[in-house]
Amino acid sequence: MSTPTDTVVRKGLSPRKRAQRSRLIQYAVLVVLVLVALFSADWGQIGSVFFKPEFIKSTFQDGVLQALVKTLEYTAGAFVIGLAGGTVLALMRLSSVGPYRWLATAYIEFFRGLPAIVVFIAFSLLPLAFEGMTIPWDPYGVVWLALGIVAAAYMAEVIRAGIQAVPKGQIEAARSLGMPPGLALRKIVLPQAFRIVLPPLTNDLILLVKDSSLVFMIGVAADAYELTGFGRDLANTYSNLTPIVVCGFCYLIITLPLGLLVRRLEAKAARAR
Amino acid sequence: MALVEIKNLHKSFGGNHVLRGIDFTVEQGEVVCVIGPSGSGKSTLLRCVNLLEVPQEGQVFVRGEEITDPDVHLDAARAGIGMVFQQFNLFPHLNVLKNCTVAQTTVLRRKPEEADKVARANLERVGLSEKVEAFPAQLSGGQQQRVAIARALSMDPALMLFDEPTSALDPELVGDVLTVMRKLALEGMTMLVVTHEMAFAREVADRVVFMDGGVIVEQGPPAEVIGNPREERTKLFLRRVLDPTHVEPS
Repeated sequence: MSTPTDTVVRKGLSPRKRAQRSRLIQYAVLVVLVLVALFSADWGQIGSVFFKPEFIKSTFQDGVLQALVKTLEYTAGAFVIGLAGGTVLALMRLSSVGPYRWLATAYIEFFRGLPAIVVFIAFSLLPLAFEGMTIPWDPYGVVWLALGIVAAAYMAEVIRAGIQAVPKGQIEAARSLGMPPGLALRKIVLPQAFRIVLPPLTNDLILLVKDSSLVFMIGVAADAYELTGFGRDLANTYSNLTPIVVCGFCYLIITLPLGLLVRRLEAKAARAR
Repeated sequence: MALVEIKNLHKSFGGNHVLRGIDFTVEQGEVVCVIGPSGSGKSTLLRCVNLLEVPQEGQVFVRGEEITDPDVHLDAARAGIGMVFQQFNLFPHLNVLKNCTVAQTTVLRRKPEEADKVARANLERVGLSEKVEAFPAQLSGGQQQRVAIARALSMDPALMLFDEPTSALDPELVGDVLTVMRKLALEGMTMLVVTHEMAFAREVADRVVFMDGGVIVEQGPPAEVIGNPREERTKLFLRRVLDPTHVEPS
């Protein structure tokens, strides 16, 4: 027969003690690993390959900031195209007209299913396939188009979800005031939908910043290089990784604040709920 | 000519026949309260008046115009019919003033200054002139519902529809909204009100309509329908509503 004291006098550690001990072991293992890495690594070699001061300096002199600006320009233009295209696609997907829905679904599934790099390679081959074909605003036109076409597919699904998240009563209120469907959409539904999807849209913007690195696949001129193309070129010239590391940090300068913004927006949305 | 005239209205959702042949009118300046158990079709009837629900059969005339006619300019007709919802449905991204002007400037094409003036006058009417800059989320339920009334009034409607306007409110906030509605009735506004507030119906309504099972069971002055109902179903409903602790003898 068991008595209440059985559990108290049981041999060995209590669950809490055991958890504490397991945590201690994990910390100890981590510390050992870090120490091993610290002492076994050849810091001189690492420093001269990844962080060589004179290459950091020359990366700046060769125009990493220009490349950063190009990255921002490519991203911004593509975001605008993606936003406009995504909104149109989202509305088509929600349309009562069947063919609109089918077209939008086909587009979205197609471009979400393809690796973005395939689209970029296709764009780089366009002038060869169609002789004499040019996309205006070189190189911006082709970059914005290629990036925007893919971004629109992703954003369409986000925006569609936002539109559907607007309560039905909002549309009823707008219609009962005499607003035609298009006006109700513009004045009442879309402003609320975009507010709802601001965090996921900002996430899409971060993805777009990174996808802009695929631009070098299109084969733009050297003075139109964005960060990745620029860093890769320079790293090849120097046979050293430092320029790529500098470019990597430049990406983080853009993406980390955006990531912080997303978390802020999500927290704000959670509070408002 | 009646302001609202409804002839043989039928509405079903899937296999659920919610309205089973409604004939009824609202005269200019009349306050009509529609009462009845939930699921009796009273909200559906109200929503058919501005065609938020499209009936399968029957006709709805507002100001002599058949709004169930597919060729009618529905948006123009709706602009003249104010609607107040149970859940307020204020536009959360616009402040109180903008809530009251957005349809004026776009649907009625009023100038911004004029729309502004009309909106402020109506917010004054519902006792919220100091809240023009506030956003809906900053207001209590009762204040939100009064803004919703001001929003509808700003369109200068010929008729106001109220769909259970106090059902989503905390009990202590119901009074403010009913006061505004009582004032509107006294000013001669034509009102069609779906409500569970028996005291309000008894005091303010010119006519009370009792619905059950998708038909109008009886209607007449509140003293008759609420005070001295003829039909057994009306009596049963009123006993339950007026004395919730009442237990039917089995």
